Amino acid sequence: MTQVTTERPASRARPAVPSRPWTRDRVETLVFTVLRWVVIAFFLVATLFPFYYMVLLSLRTIQRFLLDPANLSFFGHVSAGGYATVLKPVSKGGQGFLIFLRNSGIVAILTVLVTLLVSVPGAYAVSRLKFFGHRQVHALFLAVYLFPSILLAIPLFAFFTRIGLRGSLFALVIVYISQTVPVSIYMMRNYFETIPRSLEEAAMVDGGSRLVVIWRISLPLAKPAIMATSLYVFMIAWNEYLFALLFLVEDRDHWTVPLGLALLSGSVEIPTTVLMAGSVILTVPILVLFYLTERLLTEGLTSGAEKG
Amino acid sequence: MTSAVTQERRGRPGPLARREARAGLALISPTLVVVLVMVIIPVLWTLMLAFQDVRLINLRSTGLFGNYTLENFRFVLTSPDFVSSLVSTLIYTIGGTVGSIVLGLVAALVVRRPFRGRAIVRGAMLLPYISPVVAATFVWEVMLSPQFGITNQIGTRLLGWKQAVPFLSEQTGHLSLFGLHFTVPTAMLTVIAFEAWRYFPFSFLFILARIQAIPGELEEAAKVDGAAPSQRFRHIILPQLSGVLAVLAVLRFIWTFNKFDDVYLLTGGGAGTQVASVRVYELLTAQADVGGAAAQAMVLALVLMVCLLGYFALLGRRGKESAS
Repeated sequence: MTQVTTERPASRARPAVPSRPWTRDRVETLVFTVLRWVVIAFFLVATLFPFYYMVLLSLRTIQRFLLDPANLSFFGHVSAGGYATVLKPVSKGGQGFLIFLRNSGIVAILTVLVTLLVSVPGAYAVSRLKFFGHRQVHALFLAVYLFPSILLAIPLFAFFTRIGLRGSLFALVIVYISQTVPVSIYMMRNYFETIPRSLEEAAMVDGGSRLVVIWRISLPLAKPAIMATSLYVFMIAWNEYLFALLFLVEDRDHWTVPLGLALLSGSVEIPTTVLMAGSVILTVPILVLFYLTERLLTEGLTSGAEKG
Repeated sequence: MTSAVTQERRGRPGPLARREARAGLALISPTLVVVLVMVIIPVLWTLMLAFQDVRLINLRSTGLFGNYTLENFRFVLTSPDFVSSLVSTLIYTIGGTVGSIVLGLVAALVVRRPFRGRAIVRGAMLLPYISPVVAATFVWEVMLSPQFGITNQIGTRLLGWKQAVPFLSEQTGHLSLFGLHFTVPTAMLTVIAFEAWRYFPFSFLFILARIQAIPGELEEAAKVDGAAPSQRFRHIILPQLSGVLAVLAVLRFIWTFNKFDDVYLLTGGGAGTQVASVRVYELLTAQADVGGAAAQAMVLALVLMVCLLGYFALLGRRGKESAS
């Protein structure tokens, strides 16, 4: 730390204050204090502005928008017409997003339920019970994420085409489960490991069977982790695009919200502002769910990161 | 507790241990079935499809034991698009990985100390990551539109750009800076910027969690010794983060390498951004060549594995050097 002496030109500029020299420490502290707020402001603009722009355009008519595309103010011409158009069924001149919302809801909720049914026992087994190969399971899950989903999509596409189920929401749910089970097990396993074993052992000595103990003791204690996992799975299923595109593209009545938005945004007839209303409808449920449970979710995802 | 104690004394796996093993297998079996049916079998099936001449039309009639051929691999490897697509993929992956980790690190450093409104700033920083990719790409598309997008409006009206920049459809643009002229891959830079913007919150969360676990005394001691903020970062914080940064680099590299949605939704794979998974998709749908798509996907997975092995070898060697 020998270089921590006056080496900035600034030290010569102010010789009048010899008691507090412009050390590197002092200069840097000052610079970083200012820079920190500049950077925070930059991040706020970069993350918030696109969403501000989204809501802004969704509340504007297309004529107003094209007339003055640089106008970023909410005041003046707020119109909810875009939302009405995007939600109305196609037969009434709308875009039928209500049906897409229903499809997305069905797919996401079913995915969450089945994923939990499969992964809660799995996570419990991996964290608690010694059985043959319980260490290797880990590597298996990593392998799942090594392969691009497009690689898995090809045979699944072929398989569901052959059995004639491609195009059904049911097929999509099955595919999503395979994508969400590994990450769910990873998230819940960490949590199960923090529940003291002695609680379960005590209950077992009292004569409870393994399943009763899991149901009565472990599951209630793991509720926060299960909640967080459900939300994460819901987010994945709600936002997914590639498989929805491959499986459901032919039948408009089966489109999910992301698929509908992506496909309709390619058409020139539908005004951008109407599609912005669709984007808001797609984004809001996820944001509400997320911010209601933010702490749960981020802790569930990053637990273990502290260990380095 | 008593039963466990007596059992330990006996040494060999007793009835309890065997019961535990059976319960474990029973509880994990649904997971194994899902992974086997939906992941392992499809991967093996892709491998078989890659060696067969399968098109979308004859997909229903292709059996397990069709005519195996290397034709798909010959087609994929000798196609003129193969090398350019591989190069695009690598540039995109490295750019996106580095960009998202650097942004995440900077973000974690500026919000690590409490200040008024910190929770709000932290919440805002997660927005790009949790919002649906289709909505995010759509907003970016509109914002960057050459006709009425806000970016070009501000650029031409306030910043004096001579003409609107087609951010998502221009393969190479010309940039003049301080009298110097550069050619830049406009669309590629835009999709990398999107990748960094959308995924920095992921790195941010992990890095922040790690930074806050660093004992405060370490930094205090360095401060007393007169270390400036940049020195404290370089010599105290960064070494503590090396573990989490290495993990993030691997995860983000894998995920970005396999990424499909973001690029496809932004550019459709045009203007020099045809990354490998977009190419697989094109082969599968536009050209209806299932075998070719499978071969391309296999080559993609292979390249990724080689990259990862190289990375781990490098890490291992560096680890040994610093240890000796």
